[in-house]
Amino acid sequence: MSKTTGLMGWIDERFPLTKMMEEHVTKYYAPKNFNFWYYFGGLAMVVLALQFITGIFLTMNYKPDGELAFKSVEYIMRDVNFGWLIRYMHSTGASMFFVVVYLHMFRGIMYGSYKKPRELLWVFGMLIYVALMAEAFMGYLLPWGQMSYWGAQVIISLFGAIPFGIGDAVTLWLKGDYIVSDATLNRFFALHVIAVPLVLIFLVAAHILALHEVGSNNPDGIEIKKNKNADGIPKDGIPFHPYYTVKDLFGLVVFLIVFFAIVFFAPEMGGYFLEHANFVPADPLKTPDHIAPVWYFTPFYAILRAVPDKLMGVMAMGAAIVVLFFLPWIDRGPVRSIRYRSTAYKVLLFSFVIAFIVLGYFGMQSPTPAGTLISRICALIYFGFFLGLFLVSRNEKTKPLPERVT
Amino acid sequence: MHTMINAKSTLKGLVVAATLLLPLHVAAAGSSVELESPIIDTGNQKSLQRGAQTFVNYCMGCHTADYARYSRVAADLNLSEEDVYNNLIFTTDDAGERSKVGSLMESSMSESYGKQAFGVAPPNLALTARSRGVDWIYSYLKGFYIDPSRPGLGVNNTVYPGAAMPHVLWEQQGMMKAEYEEVDGHDKLVGLTRVSEGTMSEDEYDDMVADLVNFMSYMADPIKQTRHRIGMMVMLFLLILLGLVYLLKKEYWKDVV
Amino acid sequence: MSAKKQTENSPAAAVENSFNQDNVDPSRRRLLVGGASVLGGAGAAAMGVSMLASMSPSARAKAAGAPVEADISKLAEGQMMTVEWRGKPVWIVRRTAAAVELLKNTTLALRDPDSAVEQQPAYAQNAVRSIKDEYLVLIGLCTHLGCSPAYRPEVAAADLGADWEGGFFCACHGSKFDLAGRVLTGVPAPTNLEVPPYSYIDDSNIIVGVDGGAAA
Repeated sequence: MSKTTGLMGWIDERFPLTKMMEEHVTKYYAPKNFNFWYYFGGLAMVVLALQFITGIFLTMNYKPDGELAFKSVEYIMRDVNFGWLIRYMHSTGASMFFVVVYLHMFRGIMYGSYKKPRELLWVFGMLIYVALMAEAFMGYLLPWGQMSYWGAQVIISLFGAIPFGIGDAVTLWLKGDYIVSDATLNRFFALHVIAVPLVLIFLVAAHILALHEVGSNNPDGIEIKKNKNADGIPKDGIPFHPYYTVKDLFGLVVFLIVFFAIVFFAPEMGGYFLEHANFVPADPLKTPDHIAPVWYFTPFYAILRAVPDKLMGVMAMGAAIVVLFFLPWIDRGPVRSIRYRSTAYKVLLFSFVIAFIVLGYFGMQSPTPAGTLISRICALIYFGFFLGLFLVSRNEKTKPLPERVT
Repeated sequence: MHTMINAKSTLKGLVVAATLLLPLHVAAAGSSVELESPIIDTGNQKSLQRGAQTFVNYCMGCHTADYARYSRVAADLNLSEEDVYNNLIFTTDDAGERSKVGSLMESSMSESYGKQAFGVAPPNLALTARSRGVDWIYSYLKGFYIDPSRPGLGVNNTVYPGAAMPHVLWEQQGMMKAEYEEVDGHDKLVGLTRVSEGTMSEDEYDDMVADLVNFMSYMADPIKQTRHRIGMMVMLFLLILLGLVYLLKKEYWKDVV
Repeated sequence: MSAKKQTENSPAAAVENSFNQDNVDPSRRRLLVGGASVLGGAGAAAMGVSMLASMSPSARAKAAGAPVEADISKLAEGQMMTVEWRGKPVWIVRRTAAAVELLKNTTLALRDPDSAVEQQPAYAQNAVRSIKDEYLVLIGLCTHLGCSPAYRPEVAAADLGADWEGGFFCACHGSKFDLAGRVLTGVPAPTNLEVPPYSYIDDSNIIVGVDGGAAA
């Protein structure tokens, strides 16, 4: 660690400020060959920060009350100065969070970033993803529109699939009433603004600490720490600051252009980010003609609907998420990056991505026989990916890895 | 107008390309009838003013719109608060006095009375343009026809069969009769023809309804014009920042070999 | 920076690193970093300002703070009525002729007898601090810490002393004001009670919140 004097010296004797800065920023050596896909981790952090800030200001005017909630959102949209901007940033931020997180996760899979020694890093990431889904789901109830209401009703009812009478007891307990009601709204509010955000902060810190402990992977999937110079610096590494701070800054501005284009010109995103039915206040007596979760849940929702049995459907949906946790152990191949893996792997990954997108599409549509059939095929491909990966990776024919990053 | 739409759709295109290429489609809210599209231009203040006039006269007797404020309508439609107070406010507050300019556009009819009178409480109309869409409202208001099978009302609607609302604008439009054609052994409603004259010609009625729908579109999203204006400035700012940040990145990455 | 040091100490290390800062133009970097910081900072500031602006009174608060009318025709001599304006109590007192006379020739020790401190519109900067002698309009919140004082018009009230000429007494911290809302000396309140902007619509109606000038 560099010696410091003056104020920094005074602080450093009492708190490891310089040490932390060097460890995580100025002397954190990242591979020099990061590409487009490496923007999304940092962007996810930025979106998280935006959600925190806008969320705090929304909380100042929002009322978590069955009678007042819907109206208080319209109050924010119309009467509060810049309330519309804050609300649209928060609603757009929720969807964009999942956009960047999905791209970030795909990057991790494609370049084998979950492989030894990064298994825990991946598991922390998956925990963040699950916490994020909980956060988004509970946040979506708060506007108290028809889609909020019936979406929550359907998702909570999923727990009713648990057998031996436990399911019904659990759903009743979750709702705190016989229907989704004021009690449900109020507890979702508490969880959305306090409990889950705290968990998220903790998990994000753990994710980053784990990353900086093992070092970043890269598109070639080779370990840059194996090639160090006389000073102990990886030959293919460059300090995160300034090189990746300026590069990420560029990526951030591109992202903000997309983000604010949505916020200012298409905040509803044609009904995908803010659904039309959600402009009608919650009515416990009338379900909208067509209900579907918000787009980021629909791949899993499609898997749920593809199975013609309540319990099995819920289990399939749960398994679709749980199986991702085990990727580091399912993939037994010696090579990380898609660049040096077999054609069989590439076919598997490609069909997985297509299946995920197709599932997402059909999860948004009203159920049709054709849609259900396609969803079933895609659900099989989804799970087939993990099985195929387990088998293929055992004796995979891979290309030779380079000595240095390319 | 056209260039603006193009700029917008280009932006949308960019956004969509960047976000997983979701297929865009807008579902017409649960109706099988072909919907007509009025010209919507929430920048046309004359049209909005006419629409506001129709709205407070014919809609607010039963429907509330109590997310919106009269004073906001005055400011956005370039009307003085006095004009709005004298010409657009026919509702009363809880104390029975005429609503103030600063108050919400709350109908005088209570929800329970509405429910008693119509079977369902007349819905709040402030957001209908966002939940149903402008085409739906436009076609709905043009879709009333004589239906003797509905006692009390005497009318039905092509867009929303079984609607509980009477044809409030029949004096203007005149009464319409449904034309049926036999398709696969069923009578299929194919169109409406006028059987009694209204005070307006068909074109005048269409214009009035279009203005009304335009106003409702404004009311559902009153910040839209401002939002687009600020949005353009933000885009311009971000593009300049992008250029600068790109140069900054290039400058530092000269070091990397 | 570390790379610089290495190139000085061991020339070989520079070749082995993926970055070297030998050919840096520091003034160009300073310019770009400065420019990006200023521009980015301005963007962040704009964002911050709009967030903070959401905390200032909303359209609803402003509508609720609209001017209020008060009918003073039924107010008897010596009586006080309270109306709500911007959520604050506004007192309207109809003073007796004797009370007005007493105000004009007061012998009390006042902190600001001529209302020099701007606690009233210009048209109320006079001995009785009102447009018409008879009617006093005041915001009923003590200038000390915001309690609402009590109306005590009786002269020489037992608990307020023999020299009490009638006025307002704040029970919170004992501040005393005369019937024009002027603060007495020796109490914690620093200034006279505030006179809101008001005007006469006609002889029997006052509107609080609208400046009508001294005319009426």
